[in-house]
Amino acid sequence: MNRQRLRGLVRKEFLQILRDPSAIAIAFVLPVFLLLLFGYGVSLDAHHVPLAVVVDQPTAQTSSFIGGLQQSDFFDPRPYPTIGAARAALMRRQVTGIVWLRGDFSRDMLAGKTAPVAVWVDGVDANNANILQGYLQGMWQNWLQLQAEQAGQPLAVPVVAESRIWFNPALRSRDFLVPGLIALIMTLIGALLTALVVAREWERGTMEALMASPVTMGEILLGKLAPYFVLGMGGMLLSVAMAVWLFAVPLVGSFWLLLACSALFLLVALSMGLLISTLAKNQFVAAQVAVIVTFLPAFILSGFIFDINSMPAAVQFLTHIVAARYYVAILQTLFLAGNVWPVVLSNSAALVLMALLFFGIARRKSRKRLD
Amino acid sequence: MWARIVALVIKEFLAVLRDAASRTVLIGPPLIQLMVFGYAASFDLNHIPYAVYNQDSGYAARQLLARFSGSPNFRQVATINNDAQIAPLINDKDALLVLHIGQHFTRDLLTQKPARLQIIIDGRDSNTAALALNDVSGVLLDFNQQWAAAHSQRGPPAQLVMRAWFNPNLRSRWFIVPGLVAQLTLVVTLLVTGLSVAREREMGTFDQLLVTPMRPLEILIGKAVPGFVIGGLEGGFIALMAVLWFHVPFVGSVAALALGMFFFLLAAIGIGLMISSLAVTQQQGLLGVFLFLVPAIILSGFATPIANMPEAVQLLTYINPMRYFLIIVRGVFLEGSTIPMLLSQYAPLALIGLVSMSAAVWLFRHRMA
Amino acid sequence: MEAPALVLEAVHKRFRQGKQRIEAIKGLSVQVQSGRITGLLGPDGAGKTTLMRLAAALLLPDAGQVRVLGRDSRHEAAAIQRDIGYMPQRFGLYEDLSVQENLALYADLQGLDATQRKARFEELLRLTALGPFGKRRAGDLSGGMKQKLGLACALLRAPRLLLLDEPTVGVDPISRRELWSIIKAMRAQGVTVLVSTAYLDEAELCDDIVLLHEGGLLAQQPPVAFQAPLVGRCFLVRHAALQRRTLQTQLSARTSVVDALVQADGVRVVLAAVSMRTPAQPGEDWQPVAPRFEDAFVSLLAASGDGAAQAMASVDAVPAFHGNAQGIRPAAVSLDSRLRGNDGGEDAAATVIEVHELRRFFGSFEAVKGIEFTVQRGEVFGLLGANGAGKSTTFRMLCGLLPASSGTLRVAGVDLRTARATARARIGYVSQRFSLYGNLSVAQNLAFFASAYGLGGARRKARLDWAQREFELAAYLDAGAAELPLGFKQRLALACALMHEPSILFLDEPTSGVDPLARREFWQRINHLAESGVTVMITTHFMDEAEYCDHLVLMSLGEILAFGSPQEIRARVKTAAMPDPSMEDAFIGLIQAHEAQTRRAA
Repeated sequence: MNRQRLRGLVRKEFLQILRDPSAIAIAFVLPVFLLLLFGYGVSLDAHHVPLAVVVDQPTAQTSSFIGGLQQSDFFDPRPYPTIGAARAALMRRQVTGIVWLRGDFSRDMLAGKTAPVAVWVDGVDANNANILQGYLQGMWQNWLQLQAEQAGQPLAVPVVAESRIWFNPALRSRDFLVPGLIALIMTLIGALLTALVVAREWERGTMEALMASPVTMGEILLGKLAPYFVLGMGGMLLSVAMAVWLFAVPLVGSFWLLLACSALFLLVALSMGLLISTLAKNQFVAAQVAVIVTFLPAFILSGFIFDINSMPAAVQFLTHIVAARYYVAILQTLFLAGNVWPVVLSNSAALVLMALLFFGIARRKSRKRLD
Repeated sequence: MWARIVALVIKEFLAVLRDAASRTVLIGPPLIQLMVFGYAASFDLNHIPYAVYNQDSGYAARQLLARFSGSPNFRQVATINNDAQIAPLINDKDALLVLHIGQHFTRDLLTQKPARLQIIIDGRDSNTAALALNDVSGVLLDFNQQWAAAHSQRGPPAQLVMRAWFNPNLRSRWFIVPGLVAQLTLVVTLLVTGLSVAREREMGTFDQLLVTPMRPLEILIGKAVPGFVIGGLEGGFIALMAVLWFHVPFVGSVAALALGMFFFLLAAIGIGLMISSLAVTQQQGLLGVFLFLVPAIILSGFATPIANMPEAVQLLTYINPMRYFLIIVRGVFLEGSTIPMLLSQYAPLALIGLVSMSAAVWLFRHRMA
Repeated sequence: MEAPALVLEAVHKRFRQGKQRIEAIKGLSVQVQSGRITGLLGPDGAGKTTLMRLAAALLLPDAGQVRVLGRDSRHEAAAIQRDIGYMPQRFGLYEDLSVQENLALYADLQGLDATQRKARFEELLRLTALGPFGKRRAGDLSGGMKQKLGLACALLRAPRLLLLDEPTVGVDPISRRELWSIIKAMRAQGVTVLVSTAYLDEAELCDDIVLLHEGGLLAQQPPVAFQAPLVGRCFLVRHAALQRRTLQTQLSARTSVVDALVQADGVRVVLAAVSMRTPAQPGEDWQPVAPRFEDAFVSLLAASGDGAAQAMASVDAVPAFHGNAQGIRPAAVSLDSRLRGNDGGEDAAATVIEVHELRRFFGSFEAVKGIEFTVQRGEVFGLLGANGAGKSTTFRMLCGLLPASSGTLRVAGVDLRTARATARARIGYVSQRFSLYGNLSVAQNLAFFASAYGLGGARRKARLDWAQREFELAAYLDAGAAELPLGFKQRLALACALMHEPSILFLDEPTSGVDPLARREFWQRINHLAESGVTVMITTHFMDEAEYCDHLVLMSLGEILAFGSPQEIRARVKTAAMPDPSMEDAFIGLIQAHEAQTRRAA
């Protein structure tokens, strides 16, 4: 390893980054674009869900029940005169669900019987419907509690659930999506950008000239890694700043630990980029490969949005070779739970292993020859 | 004129299909995405890992816990016996939730005092947490009903009886797979049309085309038709796969889907050709496709409901063709929608198609002048 | 005598290209002597670039041994790369970096320390005259300047062996001359130079020539030795009455003639043997001339007679040429009559292209500065100029690919930019890079262009048959266009452009990168087309090709420096010191005078 040669390569790379707007765009504009898009565009938190409410016989009991709906921030109850009208509204997608209090609601209640409340939800968006059902149950339990208190009776439910949600008591989906997004962005910067810039050297014929000089392959690889490492860390810091200050995601854990883990993941991503570029020597193919083997898995198989535990066993097994999986776990933990060492250490160990593996393969695969 | 267009169309098809790389791009990623999304991208929880912290030796606690261990949705990973053990389990992600049953659980139940089941849950993944809590409530609800009936206790004054329309078991695959019809159709169509002019510019064949007697409009039609055919075939194939492979019900009319697909392809091709006429290199074309595609998918209701977005963002979704086509696809698959029921979706989609196509024609002529 | 700088012993090198394996170097043994300039020549696909890369230890031989400066390339690649300078075909420059930054990078890579560096930079910048451009980005340099910068980067550490892979492709004659003076300066300093080139006139500047053919060695000797057997066989034939091209056709039809080329005011003829000289026909004037390297090259390759070389050289080999010429002529005749019918032009000298006060601005930069010229029917009209002279811009405006900023231009009476699309059916166009649909097969390309030009029915079939027969494409019909050898790409591009029998043919550097044999064959076709009444508009970097034109304009900095026949243009630089200037001399003389004048004005 010759310091002068390495310095020359690194300086060249920085000059190229400064003069080529697309690298800067990928490193800094893309994170902002994606964070804004996901931060504002992706939310699993329903609020003001339009609900059709049909009350066959308004009474004091029914209005207390409906009152529970109205007070909740989650619902936007809209009265419909008949169940037929409500159903038509559901078909036209004007409401997402129907709550129907039949004529015998008050009678049953006063008679000490359990009055059924018919609820229909639009099940097309299964996840949303699930969440909506959860909200309705919560509202129902609150109402029961209130009824019991007003009647001065104990709650007529055998077992009462008392949930304590750790780390994200309000269950804001943004708090879990935004940290995961950082993994996605780092994958893009690390793998895509690196794969592209190496492929560009092949395309423009500069790689041939580099190889014919006394520079070693290790120096060429390191000369690529160092500048894009800096760029990637810059993108990371930008993303973290936006997460904390724009989207108000709490950063409970240590910032320095986050920095260290991110550096580790970036090394993995960069090594993957280098590996791709040794296989794909033109920019078009490199971009395709980078998106398919790094970005898509990071999106779907990392636990960023979809829960890994619920995947089929074969797919779960596959997620173990997705580096983003480990980083997403670290990110979500550091942001929301704090410095949970077992999580950080075990996942970091996996990342170290992957970094060594990928860089090792890239190093072996890239010989200083043209064939 | 028609002979020239036919020749162009044949040439475009050959250019796409004879090239191993573009063949792979058209066939590989959509299939992989279909499989991965179909199997991996699911919000349905199963095997929720939970731990039991039971301080009660009574039979009621055992009965309740038996309901959890008997449910396919839950998987017990640990049994603990003091408070200090809770935090490591949750923190380290070994368990998503801990069920804590206090000392007097059975006694409270038998004396008709509300017995408390404490649920400590990891909120890092808020969606999973919310869904898991739903599942816990479901188990609890069943238990409560049976307990009340068995011990002839008075039930609650009112009870929710919930049903889901169109997707009774709330399987997210039924939601996601039809969405893939829209998403993959868009991706493939944009890739075919968005890069085609740029590719010719890079190879220098575009000049060659321009010096032939072909008119700009003919060239444009020649570029549009392959996108239309390939996009349509791919969309149709995925719709078939959704029904035959993933067993998503298809209750609406095929004609309604086909009509929607027609307008959607029109819109997608218009946008693809707009990108195409602006991009000088394939790289730029790819960037353009990416910059359109990602927001178009995110802001379409593909994965998360549009209603959850901020007002301003919701307004933005009105110009997104995928928004309308998703409603059409899901409507036709799950709700049994027919053409008259979907008129309010066709109209904006057709309008977007018209505008984007005209813009493409204008840009194409303008860029050549 | 010193040990040879480069030794190849029974070297084999194979590549995989698509499905097939290609043997690029087949058992080649060759030595490059120290302290000399060795030229590496051969037709396309002869293995020149592979040999260069083997010498730079960027490729390792599959069999045999490569020793560079006494070291084995298999085991001592790093040591070899410390002592050589290598300039790949595309110069290996970072286009985003400035001249200084490129130099600094390569200085770092070659381990030049700060004290050596300053002096070395100064010396190289002086040598390459790049001093004033130190801050300019490499991407903004002209082709010639890029090439000199690439060379400077390769020379930073004063290499013992300098490897230059086609350093002069696409570079104008002035830059080529400058490059060769640098190479000679290097030799004076004791550097061994191995340079590959497609320009045969450059071969004469080398001390030694390695002639490769299909991965094997055809000959290795000094250029003079190549020419020796040709003494007494080369003549310049002039004719009092006949046009040069007609004369050329007549001469090449004779069995005694191996090669006939339009040159200066006559036709250059190479006889098959000294003994075959026949008495001059009436009107002919035979002057013996000194043989050139090119004559030797063509006759050697024609004689080596196997595979692709034969197909390419067949035009020059006498018996084959007969068949070929007959193949061309009937088509040409039909073309001729059609043209008359179409345009109703009895007047054979009608003006086909007319350019008046033509200007083109890119932003505030004036790329074409109010030029004017006219082209007559049936002419071969050349557009020449240094890199960046504005000839491509002019060319693109004529084809209707680029709007003019002001001025008028008429091609066949219309402005193609604004004319109805059908007007374009009259022109054919071959672009610089033979732009074909690379992943379509030859047959599919032909079929597409036939349809694009609206051919149908019997005519379409006839023309497709004609294209296959005329350009000998039958063997390649199912091959992808991208996999064709360059010479065949050029044929296919020409076939596509001629599919609809255009009356005007536009050719944008149609011979750059193509080897001399294929160029020769190409010009035969162009000449026949011109004879049949097709107007040919051509841009080129090759000065010898300028000779084939009836008229040409010479452009520099967006202006026309000279307009006229090749003889007229050469006559403009005739001086006592230079009684018989070549076209290259004329080109360089005129452009340098013009540039000096512009500088003085500024």
